[in-house]
Amino acid sequence: MQNMDGQFAIRVRDLVVGFGRNVVIDHLALDVRRGEILGLVGASGGGKSVLMRTIIGLIPRRHGEIEIMGVAAGAGRISGGAKQWGILFQQGALFSSLTVRQNVQFPLRENLTLSEVLMDEIAIAKLEMVGLKPEDGDKFPSELSGGMTKRVALARALALDPAIVFLDEPTSGLDPIAAGDFDVLIKTLQETLGLTVFMVTHDLASLNTVCDRVAALADGKIVAIGPMQDLLQSEHPWVRAYFHGKRSQMLQHQAS
Amino acid sequence: MAEVSELDTLGAWLFERIKRRIVLAGHRADMIDVAAKYVNLIEEVREVNRRKPEPRHEPNPLVGMISEVGRSTIGAREDIAVFLQMLGAFFVALFGVLRRPRALRVTSLVYQLYKVGWQAIPIIVLITFLIGAIIAQQGIFHFRKFGADSYVVDMVGILVLRELGVLIVAIMVAGRSGSAYTAELGSMKMREEIDALSTMGLDPVEVLILPRIIALVCALPILSFIGSMAALYGGGLVAQFYGGMGPAIFLARLHEAVSINSFEVGIIKAPFMALAIGVVACSEGLRVKGSAESLGRQTTTSVVKSIFLVIVLDGLFAVFFASVGM
Ligand SMILES: Nc1ncnc2c1ncn2[C@@H]1O[C@H](COP(=O)(O)OP(=O)(O)OP(=O)(O)O)[C@@H](O)[C@H]1O
Ligand SMILES: [Mg+2]
Repeated sequence: MQNMDGQFAIRVRDLVVGFGRNVVIDHLALDVRRGEILGLVGASGGGKSVLMRTIIGLIPRRHGEIEIMGVAAGAGRISGGAKQWGILFQQGALFSSLTVRQNVQFPLRENLTLSEVLMDEIAIAKLEMVGLKPEDGDKFPSELSGGMTKRVALARALALDPAIVFLDEPTSGLDPIAAGDFDVLIKTLQETLGLTVFMVTHDLASLNTVCDRVAALADGKIVAIGPMQDLLQSEHPWVRAYFHGKRSQMLQHQAS
Repeated sequence: MAEVSELDTLGAWLFERIKRRIVLAGHRADMIDVAAKYVNLIEEVREVNRRKPEPRHEPNPLVGMISEVGRSTIGAREDIAVFLQMLGAFFVALFGVLRRPRALRVTSLVYQLYKVGWQAIPIIVLITFLIGAIIAQQGIFHFRKFGADSYVVDMVGILVLRELGVLIVAIMVAGRSGSAYTAELGSMKMREEIDALSTMGLDPVEVLILPRIIALVCALPILSFIGSMAALYGGGLVAQFYGGMGPAIFLARLHEAVSINSFEVGIIKAPFMALAIGVVACSEGLRVKGSAESLGRQTTTSVVKSIFLVIVLDGLFAVFFASVGM
């Protein structure tokens, strides 16, 4: 049992989440292994963001257990901090009263005592890692494009090199080149820092290239999970429709 | 239909409607000679509107009104719960900061003090000055009939120091700063900024709400003092130019009429009113849901509720001071 605990970054058992009469997550089970990149796919409005927010503890659950790094999480309570995880929200959620640089520095400032100069250097380094220019550091979030917001949010999520990174559609709204760079960046970080990445995405290229495993969420449950090849073979009707629909086929044909 | 050269969705639907009516009457209808480019449109329209949406259940207006009353009664209970919850969270955060003074966000506190205190001074001075002047003018006008002009000073002094100074300033602060608090926190809630903060292991109450409420509690007594002085000054000017009572006499009478007691009664109320305004404003801000409409509604609610609470508090204090004989 001890051994098993060490192997998983996130364990979700029998999770039920709903709003009023609308049950969004229905007895869902999911394990995320340490050091892997797990991609989560699902229909729009299918509950991917809700699942992510429940794991983090932002949404109270009705039933079930969640373990993060072997520690049971309290219901509707946030247990970790910026050291344990970094989160990229679907809308970015940058602090609008702070500049880009201050946004990236925020987790550093709260958790470490560093000199201003060092803090600035680290912030610039993180911004450059996600493909932004140092000059962008003085802009306010309202002055950024959608793609830049995503990058700043990623830089902030990675500020403290957390053990787990949650990404909600990191590449939506990016051009294909930027999205490709993003994939490479995530893969590099995962390899060098040993991050565990939980990534919600609709981007088939990301799923193909960076995800070690892919989980499909339908009807509030994980209906298929495994490497991309396994999912392509899956018999579940929704998964088949997702990966073998007109659009996916077209992309795969062009790719091969 | 070979003659039809242009067709839009509306036109296609009109054709389809005619066709359906004919079919319903038991006849046959076909569209022939449709131009090739419109075949798809016609096909598409044939599929739509086949199923009527379930009619919405409209309750009887009388029942609706009664159920609205019931709902808002239950809502009032929830409002009280939300208020008490925020008050409790504020005190928990306050004790946390008292134990670890370094956790206090000094930058944020100073910034908020600047915004709700310093920047509010001009408008508050202007309004209280005018109110003082109006009270004095009305007093002189009516008291003159009884030859009691000089009692105007008593009236202005006691009214301004005990009641009006703090009440008007509190109402203005509720409208000016309380609404700003609600709107700021509400838009942060909408943009998930508050979620982001709590996922970083920080307590939003400690980071965002504590400095705001403390700033308000510090600023309101000072603003009340400044406001009361401005009102007395306004009253004094009117007494001089409208009532013909020189500043020396005005001050002498004021000295006789009011004691430090009146001033204390006024200023003691200020921090409590500030606390009520701050707690209401912040709790309403956190109740904002995703939409802009809800932000607007919550801001209105915040102002209305805090003005109501300020007046209720004023009444309770009046009862209290009367019973302790102040
Ligand atoms: N705070 C909330 N209150 C009520 N219902 C909610 C709330 N948040 C989400 N929902 C509902 O939960 C369902 C799942 O939403 P969710 O945001 O998880 O979708 P998603 O899978 O992330 O979709 P997308 O790919 O478009 O981001 C939706 O039907 C939504 O209406
Ligand atoms: Mg989503």
